Amino acid sequence: MLVPILKQGQYLIASVQAALRDADLVKLRDALSEQVGTYRSRGVIIDVTALDVLDSFACRILSDIANIVRLRGAKTVIVGIQPEVAYSMVQLGLRLDGVAALDLEEGLDYMKRGT
Amino acid sequence: MSAVRKITMSARSRQESVVVLPELVAHLRENRTQLREEWARRITEAELLTAMTKEEVFTETTSLYDNYVDVLATGAVEALQAYARNLSERIIPRGVETNEVVGIVLLLRDVLARSLFKKYQSDFTLLNRVLDAYEPAANRIAVTVAVGFVQERERVILEQQEAIRELSTPVLPVREDLLILPIVGVIDPQRARQLTEQLLQGIRANRAKVVVIDITGVPSIDSTVANHLVQTVEAARLLGATAIVTGLSPLIAQTLVTIGVDLTKMNTVCDLRGGIEEADRALGYRVARMEESSPRGEGR
Repeated sequence: MLVPILKQGQYLIASVQAALRDADLVKLRDALSEQVGTYRSRGVIIDVTALDVLDSFACRILSDIANIVRLRGAKTVIVGIQPEVAYSMVQLGLRLDGVAALDLEEGLDYMKRGT
Repeated sequence: MSAVRKITMSARSRQESVVVLPELVAHLRENRTQLREEWARRITEAELLTAMTKEEVFTETTSLYDNYVDVLATGAVEALQAYARNLSERIIPRGVETNEVVGIVLLLRDVLARSLFKKYQSDFTLLNRVLDAYEPAANRIAVTVAVGFVQERERVILEQQEAIRELSTPVLPVREDLLILPIVGVIDPQRARQLTEQLLQGIRANRAKVVVIDITGVPSIDSTVANHLVQTVEAARLLGATAIVTGLSPLIAQTLVTIGVDLTKMNTVCDLRGGIEEADRALGYRVARMEESSPRGEGR
């Protein structure tokens, strides 16, 4: 399942709707690194509210996206991680680089404050 | 062949015990007063049940004695189980220990056994049969009472643990966007898990941006606890909240440095006051004392 990437003003919003296969994650990474240049976006928001699990591969890809986007001169914020997901992630020792926010609203807030 | 003989033998012994038991019970009922006094004397001698008065010991021993004999007569332990539970409920708050309860039941068993020896000393075969009937029943009673007591005790302990757990982890919203999580007492893995879960729910419910975790009330910290803290901080970050840990005593700070826990990711301040000030700065609040001249109910 492909993740829709919405352009919202200066920001790109990728809203994950269902559990993703590894290949879809890679596609998401490629698409975001591409489009952040195309649209000259200043920030990328990835919404994972719908996910009830984030495994090691997903964490790595999300961290990669944060780092890639930073190199392309924009910021990334991951929003909507559920409390249970957050807890199991720290239990498993998974690291997630970049900034996280409670939900889309907070994420947009963060972007506006920073830019 | 031998199996058959074994069966017939056990059947016979069961039959015999059925014959012997009523006689035994009658004997114990007849000598109730005397045996009970003997038992009470032994209890006093052994310095058991010191937390209870003489009258209380007398009442309890009387009812326990009657229950005991009833179980011997009927073989049904349900009534005794209920009684043991009830007894435990009454005496546990008084500080009666497990060894005392087991001790008095075993004393009663011994007292009764002695009296049986005395009664049947002339007839060894009969004594043997009586003991065959008596011993399993008596042991079952001892086990029932001990188990009842321990179960009641465990129930009380579980209840208290639950109460402590519920009391000890409040998540307090102080200002908009700011939560305080004061931790008091020892952090074990289960509690760490519960703390983290409550904190995460609190962050989501209050939409908090900053969390102050105060560990002034935590007596000691080892690497496990430190890791729990790091995990909690990291989990809070994933929900978009910054965590500030406060209340690290000099001793705890030294311990953490000595055991080499990596706390570089953690934002720490020495006391709760400093933590709240730091949080205010991060959130853009400025706390100022009201001007001396400002009207305080003036002209009203």
